[in-house]
Amino acid sequence: MANIIDTLGRLGQTSGFFGLFSDWRQIVMIVIACILLYLGLVKKFEPLLLVGIAFGMLLTNLPFGNMYNPELWDLYIANGTNVAALSPELQAFIAEHGFVFADGIVNLTFTELIHAGGLLDIMYIGVKIGLYPSLIFMGVGAMTDFGPLLANPKSLLLGAAAQLGIFVAFLLAIVIGFPANVAASIGIIGGADGPTAIWLTSKLAPDYLAPIAIAAYSYMALIPMIQPPVMKALTTKEMRETKMEQLRPVSKTQKVLFPIIVTIFTCLLLPSVAPLLGCLMLGNLFKESGVTDRLSDTAQNALMNIVTIFLATSVGATARYDRFLNFQTLAIIVLGLLAFEFATCGGLLLGRIMYRVTGGKINPLIGSAGVSAVPMAARVSQKVGQEANPSNFLLMHAMGPNVAGVIGSAVAAGFLLAVFGG
Amino acid sequence: MEVTSTGPALAISKLTFGEGVLYAILGMLVVFFALVLIMAIIKILIKVTDKKKAEPALAAEAPVEVPAEPVKRDDPAPGSAGDIKLYTTDPKDAAMIMAIVADALGKPLNELRFKSIREIKE
Repeated sequence: MANIIDTLGRLGQTSGFFGLFSDWRQIVMIVIACILLYLGLVKKFEPLLLVGIAFGMLLTNLPFGNMYNPELWDLYIANGTNVAALSPELQAFIAEHGFVFADGIVNLTFTELIHAGGLLDIMYIGVKIGLYPSLIFMGVGAMTDFGPLLANPKSLLLGAAAQLGIFVAFLLAIVIGFPANVAASIGIIGGADGPTAIWLTSKLAPDYLAPIAIAAYSYMALIPMIQPPVMKALTTKEMRETKMEQLRPVSKTQKVLFPIIVTIFTCLLLPSVAPLLGCLMLGNLFKESGVTDRLSDTAQNALMNIVTIFLATSVGATARYDRFLNFQTLAIIVLGLLAFEFATCGGLLLGRIMYRVTGGKINPLIGSAGVSAVPMAARVSQKVGQEANPSNFLLMHAMGPNVAGVIGSAVAAGFLLAVFGG
Repeated sequence: MEVTSTGPALAISKLTFGEGVLYAILGMLVVFFALVLIMAIIKILIKVTDKKKAEPALAAEAPVEVPAEPVKRDDPAPGSAGDIKLYTTDPKDAAMIMAIVADALGKPLNELRFKSIREIKE
């Protein structure tokens, strides 16, 4: 009888319910994960990503599951460091898992990491080495039509101006007191491009991956609410009513040569941007070449879907209660919103200048689409333009700055990595 | 607010506001430079490919000296032809249906006239 009671007691202590009440923050995180699931499933806020992120968050905060161990990744990052120089928590983690490092120097390999880690640690390897964001970019490239950009190359200027949000948020993060690498990762939220934000943050500030990814994707979903007030405040009704001329036709040769030439020149200019831009342009070449339809189809459907599952779940898993619930997360959420607003301002202000310079031929509203968030931001330009003038069709004109914004945010990420990547 | 990263091996540096401003300006300049470079490349690409396309056409026309004749141009038709009435049909669905019909007929959308679209529910 005593044995049975003892067994039941031990069973109770190893149960997740027992562990759940050891730290109240776990319960808070489970509630947050459920709220995010609600937003994704019911409110349809970027559901393809948010559902995976929220579920990963849920899994990582269920006690005793050991599906994701951030300490392992801290050790991996600490490779080459003396064990004695590590934090007491990490030293305790090494002792608990029985890691033995030659000469007391941390040397954790992926093999050891896979043996000691949980399922989500294994998935996270793809984030850590930058594989998933690059593959997602390949799919994005296979789905993107650069025709509007080729028809109106001036759109690139608007895509560049809308990167203002990245650098304003970076500056604000510096003012608040974030280190440079974290400030750069926060700033990239203003690029309104989830894979770029994840790619840069996993390299510069992996501890902040969850709040930055969640902020980036949440605000992308909220663009129809975030942008219109700024668009209306920074333009006059006369400007919003401007009808633009029909775009010139673009030949197939131009569409095929574009990804090749852009890859050569941009990657020569900024080699650190090669993984993202290279994959984006490869995907686009699959689409435009006309001889690799099967590859294009795989990149934009099967591959994209598989990678999205891995990416979203493993990014959500990084939101463990002891690393997510703090003032910094709140600051990142606020800075992310400001980054989006300033990005919109940047595009609109240059749009206004172009409106003046061209004698009213360019509708400044297409500038706000330069924030990336393809094609949501372009749709918002179309909607606000049509509110001012029902016969206004800005969608295709806005797609130019929109895809230029994708290139612009990738270049900005490459710059930040080159400067703060150490 | 004092913020530190828990990632132990990352090079963590604090920047002053002035340094931050310099990096921000430099970053914007790099982004503009890269995209202006791409813009220049696109313009050259358009010039080269359009010129190549025009050359064979000119070569074919050169031997025959034809008196100047008004060239027939495919000017785009006016934006729309009349109003369309939608009955229990979403504007997005209507736009898609019109695009499919235009594609199937091989005619530009602005040369067709749609009077009404109605969803038939069984």
